[in-house]
Amino acid sequence: MKLDRRKDLLGLRDLEREEIELILDTAVPMKDIIKRDIKKVPALRGKAMVTVFYEPSTRTRTSFEIAGKYLSADTVNLAVSTSSVQKGESLRDTIKTIEVMGFDLMVMRHSMSGTPHYVARNTKMRVINAGDGANEHPTQALLDMYTIRERKGTLEGLKVAIVGDILHSRVARSNIYGLGKFGCEIRVVGPSTLMPPEVEKLSVKAYYSLEEAFADVDVINVLRIQRERQQSGLFPSLEEYANLYMVTPESLKKAKKDVLVLHPGPMNRGVEISSEIADGSKAVIDEQVTNGVAVRMALLFLMMGGSKSEIVA
Amino acid sequence: MKLLLKGGRVVDPANKIDGVNDVLIIDGKIAAVEPELAPQDCETVDVSGKIICPGFIDMHVHLREPGFEYKEDIASGTRAAAAGGFTAVCCMPNTKPVVDNIAVAGFVKERARKCGVVNVLPVGAISKGQGGKELAEIADLVAAGCVAISDDGKPVMRADIMRNALEYARMFALPVLSHCEDLNLSQDGQMHEGYYSTIYGLKGIPAVAEDIMAARDILLAKSTGAHVHICHLSTKGAVELVRRAKDEGISVSCEVTPHHLALSDKIVETYDADTKVYPPLRSEEHIAALREALNDGTVNCIATDHAPHEKESKDCEYHLASPGISGLETAVAVIMDKLVSKGLLDVKKMVELFTTGPAAALRIDRGTLTPGKPADITVIDPDVVKKVDPAVFYSKGRNTPFKGMEMKGWPCMTIVSGKVVARDGKVII
Amino acid sequence: MELREKNVIMDEVAIKRALTRIAHEIIEKNKGVEDVAIVGIRRRGGPLAQRLANRIEEIEGVKIPVGVLDITLYRDDLTTLGLQPQVHRTEVYFDINDLNIVLVDDVLYTGRTVRSAMDALMDLGRPRCIQLAVLVDRGHRELPIKADFVGKNVPTSKREIISVLVKEIDGEEKVVIQETVDR
Repeated sequence: MKLDRRKDLLGLRDLEREEIELILDTAVPMKDIIKRDIKKVPALRGKAMVTVFYEPSTRTRTSFEIAGKYLSADTVNLAVSTSSVQKGESLRDTIKTIEVMGFDLMVMRHSMSGTPHYVARNTKMRVINAGDGANEHPTQALLDMYTIRERKGTLEGLKVAIVGDILHSRVARSNIYGLGKFGCEIRVVGPSTLMPPEVEKLSVKAYYSLEEAFADVDVINVLRIQRERQQSGLFPSLEEYANLYMVTPESLKKAKKDVLVLHPGPMNRGVEISSEIADGSKAVIDEQVTNGVAVRMALLFLMMGGSKSEIVA
Repeated sequence: MKLLLKGGRVVDPANKIDGVNDVLIIDGKIAAVEPELAPQDCETVDVSGKIICPGFIDMHVHLREPGFEYKEDIASGTRAAAAGGFTAVCCMPNTKPVVDNIAVAGFVKERARKCGVVNVLPVGAISKGQGGKELAEIADLVAAGCVAISDDGKPVMRADIMRNALEYARMFALPVLSHCEDLNLSQDGQMHEGYYSTIYGLKGIPAVAEDIMAARDILLAKSTGAHVHICHLSTKGAVELVRRAKDEGISVSCEVTPHHLALSDKIVETYDADTKVYPPLRSEEHIAALREALNDGTVNCIATDHAPHEKESKDCEYHLASPGISGLETAVAVIMDKLVSKGLLDVKKMVELFTTGPAAALRIDRGTLTPGKPADITVIDPDVVKKVDPAVFYSKGRNTPFKGMEMKGWPCMTIVSGKVVARDGKVII
Repeated sequence: MELREKNVIMDEVAIKRALTRIAHEIIEKNKGVEDVAIVGIRRRGGPLAQRLANRIEEIEGVKIPVGVLDITLYRDDLTTLGLQPQVHRTEVYFDINDLNIVLVDDVLYTGRTVRSAMDALMDLGRPRCIQLAVLVDRGHRELPIKADFVGKNVPTSKREIISVLVKEIDGEEKVVIQETVDR
């Protein structure tokens, strides 16, 4: 297996199907640990990891932090807003400083696409991309895939619709790459101004109406809509967006009876998802959060657990 | 002082020469271009197997002085030019302060005279401070020796200002070099908008952002009768617009860069900021259109848009990196390797694009081996193979996406006013 | 290096007899099986644990809880292993608090696996006691650990490898000594 030889996890686009399967399989026993009274195993004792988030996020960061702690790694959060970044220090210098403190792994979130790739090239630490700009959010897609696989028994051949701001969504991209390796039929749906150019070359089908996109689907992944997109003129108003693209019981009529509804959170109720759906039986949003911890534990173990000498950068 | 270049293939498009000839230089001027010359008391250099051309002109270079000497200065930039086979460069006015008045233009001329190793032809600004609001003192700039005006680095967004600039420049028969980019369409863009911007999750710069401004400026050139030159043309749409404008007899010319001819947007994959440049590296479709336009006369010249940067400007987040490529020392090799040696461009056409093409666009009397003219000569060795190694650049800017690539066909001698200033990539002055 | 089979030290019948004896010893030592549960260490401890439980049920007529422990996350050699071992589920679906837990493994060697297993077990609860049953004890302990129930004591050299093959996993049933030979 190549995964434990990889230095970094930057995205799902260049991961092999077998590597994704190993992560998902490893997450199964990890989820058992979360459910125990004593939620700790010594696997990463003596390892140190740091989360560096250049963009606010509570759930992803907390999820990584607790995943590390359940595995006995020492986890530290670098609070970027209070660090030397504010003093104009270059990213390269910040990373160097963190590296020489002895961390084995860095979890990085950045608003600018490709920054984790840049960092990974310039440090000996392992780097996990926790979301970069509009590029990738691999662990979110992994937890989505885990959730779908757990509920459906398989990923093979499922019809999955991804709804919303595809243009700016790293969650959409990572899901497209990941699910695509399992033969899923992927549909993307949203207003044309939020659809990336040439998106269908990614082996997905683009739709502009929920009704058509949801026909016979097994899974719907609802993306968060950022309010500032409206201000930059990409759609007229949140109300019009909700009228066209909010996922409601009505919009699910043509979907499979046992359709799953996912949302990476945090939700804008009444904009991209209605409360009936968010709180209803088809939604697996809370489970996604639990599974997120399990998947991140699996990844941390697979990346940090082994021997250093085996790494091929 | 006599120098004889013996036995090379002389390609001098202006004089319709293409064949083995000797070139005799006496006192810094071309004395004769003929077969089998045998003058007395003459230093002779055997250049058999090499291509002898009129000195190459790069009409789009950022020498960064004054103000950004940590990126480049006139001494380092002209050395880079010499090493790269250029005998003359036009330097852009986006310095600090901007070349928008006679004093700064004079400073550039004076520095070039003192420490330049190739000819430096300054370009003045269109607007004061390149602010796009008030015209610069264009008559003064002409008096100081500026060969053109441009706000390069930024477009002139206001059509009324561009129209006035063209009207005014017409009085001096001065070409106006236009950086075509609609900032509202390109804002915050990091790379060409298309399949790869979708995959890499970077905000795209649509081709139409260039097309719209090219169309506007062509229409303004038509209505004013002035000459507009489109800088670093990079899109299929703009190619078509220029082609049609030329058919219609509008006074328009354009340049393309080696990087837009050689590299596609796919290369952004690793987020190496050395691939970041404005206009961005385009998709294959646009590259094909540019290559076609090189051959059918739509494109007048190849220019590097040499944009050197210090390490820190590129060694950072892609989004925060400065755009630009240090191009003087790779341009000839890139064109030789990617186009000429692949049969996509013949040597004669290449020489035109580096000599008579830019000279005509700028309306300057250069780019020939006519006896009596200053002996500015570029010699190319079409067979030598070398890897691009930014560490040995004369330019302070080591920012090149060509790093590590092997190229066949390099400039091997640069002669300015009869003096050999560079040999085999090394400046010897 | 390659492995050469030197000797079959237990066959199917011998294994069966040893397990039957251990089942009796477990019953005897615990004075019945009221508070006894059996937990096998993955992989080959798993089937052996199940067989011991079956034997005990045959003898005592009582069904006792059986589980499987995956100790990968508790190993002390993770950072020195060349390849990352695959983590599997621990399947102990009963409350181990206040039970007498009999840990089962195929071979007792350095004692490190048993150490890991005890830690893993403690993280699942607080058993009254932990006892250890192994099919083969080959010596060379590196930790102060001793088995309560042993199928067979086999003196070995460190160059040798003891392999226990069980039907459930390997399709055949035997214990063999192999030797590493340099080629």
